[in-house]
Amino acid sequence: MTDILGNPLNMQYELLLPEIILALTALAVVFVDAFKREFNVGYRALPFLSLIGLGGAAVATVLLMNDQGDFARLVEVDDFTTFFRLLFISTTAVVILGSWEYIEEHVNHVGEFFGLLLLSTIGAIYMAAARDLLTAYLAIEVLSFSLYVMVSMARNDPRSGEAVLKYILLGGVASAMLLYGLSLLYGVAGSTQYSEIGEALTGGSGDMELALLLGFVMIVSGLAFKASAAPFHMWAPDAYEGAPWPVTAYIATTSKAATFALFLRWFAGPLLPAVDDWAWMLASLAVVTMVIGNLVALQQHNLKRLLAYSSIAQVGYLLMAVAALSTDKGSETAGALLVHLGGYLITNLVVFIAIIHFYNREQKEEITDLKGLAQSNPYLALVTTAGLFSLAGMPLLAGFFTKFILFQAVADAGYLWLVVVAVVASTVSLYYYLVVIKQMYLYEPLAEGRWRITPTGYLVTGALFVVMVVLGLWGTPLYEVADAAAKALFISA
Amino acid sequence: MTESDGYVLLALFLVPLGTSALLMAVPSRERALIMGLTGLSSLAMFAMAVYTFVSYSFVDGSQFEGVLAFDWMQNVGFLGENGIQLKVGIDGITASLVLLTGIVVVPGTWVSWKVQNRMKDFFILLYLVTAGVFGVFVLLDLFFWFLAYEVALLPMYQLIAVWGSTRKEYGGMKLMMMLMAGSIFIFTAIFALFTEVGAGTFDMEVLLNAEKSRDFQLVMFPLVAIGCGVLGAMFPFHSWSPDGHASAPTAVSMLHAGVLMKVGAFGVLRLGFQMMPEGGEFWGPALVVLGITAALYGAISALRQSDMKLLMGFSSVSHMGYVFVGLGVYNSIGWTGAVLQMTAHGLMTALFFLLIGGLYDQSHNRDLPNFSGMAKQMPIWTMLFLFAALASLGLPGLSGFIAELHIFIGAFRAYPIVGGLAVLTAAITTTYLMRAMAQSFFGEMNPRWNHLHEITMMERAGATMLAISILTLGLWPSPWIDRIGPSIVQIANL
Repeated sequence: MTDILGNPLNMQYELLLPEIILALTALAVVFVDAFKREFNVGYRALPFLSLIGLGGAAVATVLLMNDQGDFARLVEVDDFTTFFRLLFISTTAVVILGSWEYIEEHVNHVGEFFGLLLLSTIGAIYMAAARDLLTAYLAIEVLSFSLYVMVSMARNDPRSGEAVLKYILLGGVASAMLLYGLSLLYGVAGSTQYSEIGEALTGGSGDMELALLLGFVMIVSGLAFKASAAPFHMWAPDAYEGAPWPVTAYIATTSKAATFALFLRWFAGPLLPAVDDWAWMLASLAVVTMVIGNLVALQQHNLKRLLAYSSIAQVGYLLMAVAALSTDKGSETAGALLVHLGGYLITNLVVFIAIIHFYNREQKEEITDLKGLAQSNPYLALVTTAGLFSLAGMPLLAGFFTKFILFQAVADAGYLWLVVVAVVASTVSLYYYLVVIKQMYLYEPLAEGRWRITPTGYLVTGALFVVMVVLGLWGTPLYEVADAAAKALFISA
Repeated sequence: MTESDGYVLLALFLVPLGTSALLMAVPSRERALIMGLTGLSSLAMFAMAVYTFVSYSFVDGSQFEGVLAFDWMQNVGFLGENGIQLKVGIDGITASLVLLTGIVVVPGTWVSWKVQNRMKDFFILLYLVTAGVFGVFVLLDLFFWFLAYEVALLPMYQLIAVWGSTRKEYGGMKLMMMLMAGSIFIFTAIFALFTEVGAGTFDMEVLLNAEKSRDFQLVMFPLVAIGCGVLGAMFPFHSWSPDGHASAPTAVSMLHAGVLMKVGAFGVLRLGFQMMPEGGEFWGPALVVLGITAALYGAISALRQSDMKLLMGFSSVSHMGYVFVGLGVYNSIGWTGAVLQMTAHGLMTALFFLLIGGLYDQSHNRDLPNFSGMAKQMPIWTMLFLFAALASLGLPGLSGFIAELHIFIGAFRAYPIVGGLAVLTAAITTTYLMRAMAQSFFGEMNPRWNHLHEITMMERAGATMLAISILTLGLWPSPWIDRIGPSIVQIANL
């Protein structure tokens, strides 16, 4: 089969099998929800069904791991795609498994919620897999629109409506900027295909220099919005605060990671020849983001807002690695970014799932509400503490290892000054994490008595905790997988 | 030492780490079980530390003994051959520091059995610190070295903030943030070092022997010296130390002043002088100036303290000043003195903090002006305290003398004026210690303290153990000098 320009098209549908499974599951979930009474099933069937679908998609991904290639010049399935497929599928599964009690209790329209969660996973995967600007843009919108709706689904919480309004307006502006930037890029390169853009830019942009630069400004701003990098981060604290907890967790993990997958696909691929035009933009964004994220976090008293600013700070660290991409050491830098992304996802999930279970019990989300948790629920306090320490990059935990690798890679790429900023910033971050930990360990609880969390809560937090500790001590498997994924990025480019 | 002794080195930090993990599984009401477990574990550490020290002997031409390496990750990303390894090995310097840690941890464990509030959690954190300290001394891979370094610092905040006394939240947070700020410098230096050498490995043996440009050494040495110097309470980065010590619980003060501060000084030696000799030569005089300033400043400040622990905190700053003087003079006798002083100060300050803790637990007061005539009420305590004070002011026959003698000789050789000031400091040390003793031990007995008892049996045992070690080092220092000296000479010749 060929397209209208005569390019041969590969229509191997099994390349898309994991996403086909996810899409069908999403439909099935919404369908079952609509006909609950006829099928005689309860709400519990919906997360169960979603998990089965995710499991199926994961199995399909693993089985077809060696079946690589591009699909119709739109989607590239390689090690990089496989890495993110597994990452996103497992993140969604963990979010569902860790918070189905919360969703049942505090979310409107449970069926649609699970359906959108699955659809947004597809969007995230295709952000990593696209090999054409239009596919990438569509994938971004699939993810974003699902998120807009999910943010608004908190039951009986007026902040939810406010949050979604801010999120959707700013997100719309960001999309517009991104699209404008992409059209400028298309104007310079003459194609929407990554490979052809890369070739066009290698030859130099000639007299189109200014258009290209403007395009980069637009693209970087648009992506910075999506990744909530300062100074484009304003929506994040409000959206985090208003959204239901699982959605907050999901925005902090999958949505961020997908944006960085896209960053890597673009900036390590077609845009790499023009590295001198954009590296300084990303480096300065990284500095601003690290500084603002960490300093503003010092003043937060709401847990969600604290985590929002903490994740903004983490975005700063990740942006450093994008800025440090280069032709000769690119795959080392990209690999380190992927390692930290993996560590960041696991750590953040630990913290979020633990706090979701705290919320399930106490229905509170101020930092001071954690008072005395070490006595009322020592297990949850330990897990949360370990997660926060890992976010701060403390040893024996995943955060130490992944941050070490990331910083070393950036330093190796000749950006030692950026690393100095990052190390200082991450020391500042320790202070606000310690403030939370202090609440749990130093003060007496407000109410007497110990309490427990649900069995699935123990299962999910326990498993994540173990993974976090093991990665901190023996991160070799993660590093090897990430390295393979990063290498694939450079082969295809 | 043979290669199989490498497993002992490995066990040195795996035993406390394993004990920590094991304790998590023990229910917190089983106090006897926790005591048994920690007692056993601390004795095992002591035995292994002694074995390590005894079996170590200098072999000409080899930098480290008992070297044992396991692959961790290699040939992935920016890591090349042997990228990150779990690698252990010691030289004469670390052999003596391992022994010091092994000696201090036993009484530290014994006196902590008095802790009533959440004893299990206390020991989990205390043994994490211990594991970190042993790790810093025996690990020969920079990645794991730094990991161990951070592990040794991290639990300090909780240990002080939860189990401490007086201004514990302030002291804990100040200590934590200052030490972590110090890590910034070390972090940066490690990244820069890896890039500079460009061998794709964190193996310290490779990094130590690799060529490094002079500019690099001149820029990076101060970073390491400041970063590790913060932990070693180097002037002017010492201000966490008196506050931290004053608010920390007994065992934590012992371990912190006795061992953890030595980790800082050791870091300056290993990562600074050994890794970047040209930088060390250039910046050595600056270190001498800071060191002698700290020695004088600490001693003079100690003259004015009334809180016993603050007194000891400033005294530690002063004594660590000697260490930095010894390092900065850049000759082998000064370095030998610095390492000896680490051991000597570690033992004696641990004894001080143990005794002060023993008093404070009963009196809930440690203001010197409130005490007098304690010699009648607590004779054994007084005797031990006197012993520690004599060791601290450098009485011949006790540990402080031999160490300070080396440093003074080294200082006189390089900068006679500094040697003179160091001797002056020793005189001031005598003054503040004698003042404190005269105030609290002799004179009329204050009836307010009639209810005080002699310190407990466990405390007596721990104090005796430390006192014997002080006496041994003072009377028979040759085992230490035989091990430290050749290693130092070898480093200085590099």
